[in-house]
Amino acid sequence: MKLHVTDREGGEHELEGTKGWRVMEIIRDAGLPIAAECGGACACATCHVYVDPAWTDKVEPRGEEENDMLDLAFDVQENSRLSCQILFDESLDGLKVTLAPE
Amino acid sequence: MPDGQSQNPIRTDVTIVGAGPCGLFAVFELGLLDIKCHLVDILDRPGGQCAELYPEKPIYDIPAVPICTGQELTDKLMEQIAPFDPVFHFGQMATALSKTEDGWWRLTTDMDTVIESKVIVIAAGGGSFMPKKPPIKDIDAFEDTSVFYAVRQMEKFRGKHLVIAGGGDSALDWTVNLQPLAASLTLVHRRDDFRAAPDTVNKMRQLVASGGMKLEIAQISGLEGSDGQLTGVVLKDKDKGEWSIPCDMLLPFYGLTMKLGPVAEFGLNLHENLIPVDTEKFQSSTDGIFAIGDINNYPGKLKLILSGFHEAALMSQAAHRIVHPDRKLRFQYTTSSTDLQQKLGVS
Repeated sequence: MKLHVTDREGGEHELEGTKGWRVMEIIRDAGLPIAAECGGACACATCHVYVDPAWTDKVEPRGEEENDMLDLAFDVQENSRLSCQILFDESLDGLKVTLAPE
Repeated sequence: MPDGQSQNPIRTDVTIVGAGPCGLFAVFELGLLDIKCHLVDILDRPGGQCAELYPEKPIYDIPAVPICTGQELTDKLMEQIAPFDPVFHFGQMATALSKTEDGWWRLTTDMDTVIESKVIVIAAGGGSFMPKKPPIKDIDAFEDTSVFYAVRQMEKFRGKHLVIAGGGDSALDWTVNLQPLAASLTLVHRRDDFRAAPDTVNKMRQLVASGGMKLEIAQISGLEGSDGQLTGVVLKDKDKGEWSIPCDMLLPFYGLTMKLGPVAEFGLNLHENLIPVDTEKFQSSTDGIFAIGDINNYPGKLKLILSGFHEAALMSQAAHRIVHPDRKLRFQYTTSSTDLQQKLGVS
């Protein structure tokens, strides 16, 4: 299973996704620059990503707490997500996300 | 002259940089060995990330504590270390470290507090909590003249045209407090929903209804002005597009983020913004400077609170040799040692 990540410089990375991991964890494990300061507790907004428009319908919608936390992020778009709140599985094989500015 | 100024520094055994769970527990382990501590933290209260990021979130992996919140853990640690009378210097950032001629470590803060001690323990976690800066082009050029991340003196904002950005308590509190002073005030938030205390949100809505201020549901996308003087901010919204509103000053309140900060200038070896330590003493590349908790690194390191507690205990053994070189270290258990129980005030 693949996760495609575009970094802040526009570089593209194809990562091996693992079922049950959070998207943030897959990105962090690959050594890409994602702060994820709170470690995945939905308590900061430093794992902000944009989900590719082709994938927004396939990802579970934002939770209320996640939407609240996005108040601490910048340049929030309709496809903004905190990547610690997206669980990866087969249905997301090929998912494309872009790291948000920080 | 008060204690702690440059001419009259505080002298103590150990200075701990960071009052998160590991810094707090270090007070306990050091205290059992008759070592006194002062702690410096940039936050205005103890607990570090536990207090700032997840005070209400549950923690399940503290040994023998099946569940507690970040705030509860902090409160329990404060109770546990109370017998050792730690001295806290809150709201201050450790900015410089040097050695005195007679061999003490001299730590200075951004509030000009000076503490001299025999040992330094860096328990600074992910670094200092600092305001998040919006990634807007050229914002640096306006900082401290037109862009402010904190309000130190309200008078600075009297008669000014203000824009405040954010939707949490800081944004809403300062909106309500600065509105009477300001020539005009506009609150900018990405949605018409606020995390701040409902009472403050209601006050803000009343001010908007009575024409005392404006609320714009939008995000800031640019700044206008020159030579550090702001003349307006550019707002954008997916439906309404981009437009600009005039203002003299912008106050962005997007929460805090962790930056290593001046610890990087302390002259220690660093590896990817972490302090490499040995696993016997948790000492840095410099004798007498230890690092415990999330800020250190060694083979097998896990960033867990329980690891930091272990590190605090072993560090304390090494600190004892420096603080009390003439005393033999006796290993004792709190369960059976009358001596330790007296220190804890339970015997």
